[in-house]
Amino acid sequence: MNEFLVFEGVTKRYGDFYAVRDVTFEVRQGEIFALLGPSGCGKTTLLRMLAGFIEPDAGRILVDGKDVTGIPPDKRPVNTVFQSYALFPHLTIRDNIGFGLKMARRGKAEIAAEVDRMLDLVDLVEHADKKPDQISGGQKQRVAIARALVNKPRVLLLDEPLAALDLKLRQRLLVELDEIHDEVGITFLYVTHDQTEAMAISDRIGVMNRGRVAQIGAPAEIYESPVDSFVAAFIGDTNFLEGRVIERLGDEYSLVAIEAMGEIRVYNDREISPGDEIHLSLRPEKLSIQTSAPAATDEARNAIEGTVEDVIYLGALTRYWVRTGERRLAVERQHSRFLLDEKPPTWGDKVWVRWRADDGYLLRDFAPEHAEMLSLPAETE
Amino acid sequence: MKSRLRIPGVLTALVLVFLYFPILVLVLNSFNASKYGSSWEGWTLRWYRLLFSGESRDIWESIQRSLHIAIGASLVSMVLGTTAAWVLHRYRTRLQKVHFGLVYLPIVAPDILMGISLGILLITLGVDRSLETITVAHITFCISYVALAVLGRLQDFDESVVDAARDLGATWWQAVWRVVIPLLAPGIVAGGLLAFTLSIDDFVITFFVKGVGLDTLPLKIYSMARHSRQMPVINALSTLMLTFTFVVVWYVQRHARPALRG
Ligand SMILES: Nc1ncnc2c1ncn2[C@@H]1O[C@H](COP(=O)(O)OP(=O)(O)O)[C@@H](O)[C@H]1O
Ligand SMILES: [Mg+2]
Repeated sequence: MNEFLVFEGVTKRYGDFYAVRDVTFEVRQGEIFALLGPSGCGKTTLLRMLAGFIEPDAGRILVDGKDVTGIPPDKRPVNTVFQSYALFPHLTIRDNIGFGLKMARRGKAEIAAEVDRMLDLVDLVEHADKKPDQISGGQKQRVAIARALVNKPRVLLLDEPLAALDLKLRQRLLVELDEIHDEVGITFLYVTHDQTEAMAISDRIGVMNRGRVAQIGAPAEIYESPVDSFVAAFIGDTNFLEGRVIERLGDEYSLVAIEAMGEIRVYNDREISPGDEIHLSLRPEKLSIQTSAPAATDEARNAIEGTVEDVIYLGALTRYWVRTGERRLAVERQHSRFLLDEKPPTWGDKVWVRWRADDGYLLRDFAPEHAEMLSLPAETE
Repeated sequence: MKSRLRIPGVLTALVLVFLYFPILVLVLNSFNASKYGSSWEGWTLRWYRLLFSGESRDIWESIQRSLHIAIGASLVSMVLGTTAAWVLHRYRTRLQKVHFGLVYLPIVAPDILMGISLGILLITLGVDRSLETITVAHITFCISYVALAVLGRLQDFDESVVDAARDLGATWWQAVWRVVIPLLAPGIVAGGLLAFTLSIDDFVITFFVKGVGLDTLPLKIYSMARHSRQMPVINALSTLMLTFTFVVVWYVQRHARPALRG
């Protein structure tokens, strides 16, 4: 296939500590691949091994079929957009962008033409003769991108390129970055700790945790089918339910007793049999909330009775905390209709929480500490 | 209330008089027809003529020597001091703490100590005294000043620009030449100028390491000052040096600073 950039068992140790541990994945030509993970999980280390600033202790990195390990950074067919911009403060914007071409000993006229094209692409023509400290943060970021892209790298590496900018600017630059990608068609390897950023821009995401890649997939795949509690909790919010399988209900569903909550149906995302202990991730927006008792439930739906314990109005949606027995469920409700048209559930109301059995996802692995990454704990006692 | 405010003013005036009155007297005496400068006997340019006559050839030779030494010492210490600062900044091991101590020592150590020890070293090694031995002696303390000036500059040096240069295809040397040195230049130049001025008026250390007949300007002036009939020529020379210094400082203030600021 078109595996363009390949990491093969890449490992980097500092003393006994594994910054990157046996990482293997492939990036396809022309796609935006995001490396997503919390701070300290090894993203920058991985990127710097590809750029050539750090050599891996084990493993290989291939770009377009060619092993690049051992090649110095100035000879690798990749360019980096650094987290801190790393613009040359003593050079003008024009000379910053032209730096790589100058190093490649290209002709003066050619450099000028290429730089002009880049200035135009990132919309900085009128700032060409300024120094970096005379332009704004967003403009610096665009210079950094232009300075890397002008060399036509096989892969463009971006290390948290928007982290230093404020939210509105971040959203705008994200769109611009996407447009630039469409225009140049270069493979992007995009490192970020911000899941919304990764979801918005990438074709595929590699979620990293503690030096390892936990899961790789399209944004929707990662969000809807997280392999373990880390991925589920890191990408958005969720409810973790743990229980024991009681019996199989045909091919598709099983009946599960959830601790301190009752019996529910779950979809067999993987092979389970009676007696198995399971962990389920249930996204708050998949749950619906109603004040009247539901009609007879069909096989594919669950309904749990509870009491509204907290209501948080968030504008586009409202978050409810519903107590059922000894635990709480987070429920999110979109306001597709004007709020005042109906009477929404409120504090102390008796409610029913409902969801389709196949909206819960069976996790392959669960660690209790990941539950603490969620915005509010599920249990209060 | 008012009288209290007057004290700082009076103090300032006293300090200024104390600092500048002798210089003023020196400048006036360089134009004084009196040989001894104890009384005013009218204007003359005689001492300046004497300074530029063949009789003062050894003064000019000592100036040449001093320039030779100062230029050599500041250039070499700009290179060595900058590399020392780079290493001190980059690697923070225990050995580097020792290194920093060694770099700092010549600044706090008394000149007389350095002079004597260098003198003894030269004798022990049996090295012939020459301009080069003096230059090497000056380099030993000039390095420290350059290193400190460059270290100051390194405080706000973002090292990721070196990575950026390498990433954009610069070899290690190209990165140093096109990025590191231009960014450190203000510190290197400031350290170099400091080294130059320290070298050109060093007396004590030079005294212990120089050979016979190899007087630098300060040593030459000292030996002349012992014969009072040569005093007026020294005054003339000092006045010219003062003027030169003022012109240089004025020029640097006027042109170099904005250029460094970019
Ligand atoms: N030079 C180093 N020496 C020791 N530990 C390091 C070094 N560089 C990185 N680390 C450690 O490796 C881990 C991964 O770092 P990094 O790749 O920068 O994480 P990320 O970019 O995902 O935030 C961190 O825990 C960091 O402390
Ligand atoms: Mg990082």
